[in-house]
Amino acid sequence: MVFGDLIYQLIFYCLAALVLGSALVVAMSRNIVYSAFALLLTFFSVAGIYVFLSAQFLAVAQVVIYVGGILVLILFAVMLTNRIKDVNLSNPSIPPYIAAPLALVIFAGLVWMITNTPWNSVGLQEVGTINDIGNVLMGKYLLAFEVAAVLLLGALLGAAYLARRIKN
Amino acid sequence: MIPLQHYLILSAALFCLGLYIVLVRKNAVAILMGIELILNAASIAFVAFSRFITPYGAGGIGGLVVPGAPAVGGQTFVIFVIIIAVCEAAVALAIILNIYQNFRTVDTDQTKGLKG
Repeated sequence: MVFGDLIYQLIFYCLAALVLGSALVVAMSRNIVYSAFALLLTFFSVAGIYVFLSAQFLAVAQVVIYVGGILVLILFAVMLTNRIKDVNLSNPSIPPYIAAPLALVIFAGLVWMITNTPWNSVGLQEVGTINDIGNVLMGKYLLAFEVAAVLLLGALLGAAYLARRIKN
Repeated sequence: MIPLQHYLILSAALFCLGLYIVLVRKNAVAILMGIELILNAASIAFVAFSRFITPYGAGGIGGLVVPGAPAVGGQTFVIFVIIIAVCEAAVALAIILNIYQNFRTVDTDQTKGLKG
């Protein structure tokens, strides 16, 4: 039992290291194609973290929507907006003298807040299944669901209108 | 069992990396990647709070609290976050393609058509 717990924790911390390591590659890589593929690894590992939180539906949605949708869109944009010949230095950065300390200070503040707040944690809660999510979406959050549908329609029309080729 | 704080620290670290990308990058597509990382960090925090803190029985159907229904508010919120992220990515990439057609670059330092 103790050994099983050890394996469980080991897998979690490996996944967390994978999330942060690949996000670091996204932040540091000098080639935007490498950044995009590191983002793929980040999204997959975040799906793994969702599995650890017993949110299986979200893990599947993360893989299908982020990896299958958003990342493919981003790769399309990368390929369409970079001439292939200068692809090896396609991801320029400004010097990080202000941004890196700022991000570190915010991180330190967040960690201080997280470790010092007496979280009203009542232990692991009952896991909501996809059945419960469907019930809530069709009941309590029906208005938000419909608004999201209208938003998706608007985004679809807007993106198609913006990306059309103007003939003149 | 992994304590809640470790999930939150992971989320905070991912958020700060995304923030760093948004601040430092010049390529508009790379800035969009940073925004996606920030949204993912927020989602992890939502699911973690939903797993550890929302009491049993706070869920329900049709605005009624049904005793015994597990709370899935955090997970539902993450579904909406994913919907917003998809809309934002589609529209932002359409805008970036238009910028590329006009300026032949997506470097945010060189797209200064509004600057006199």
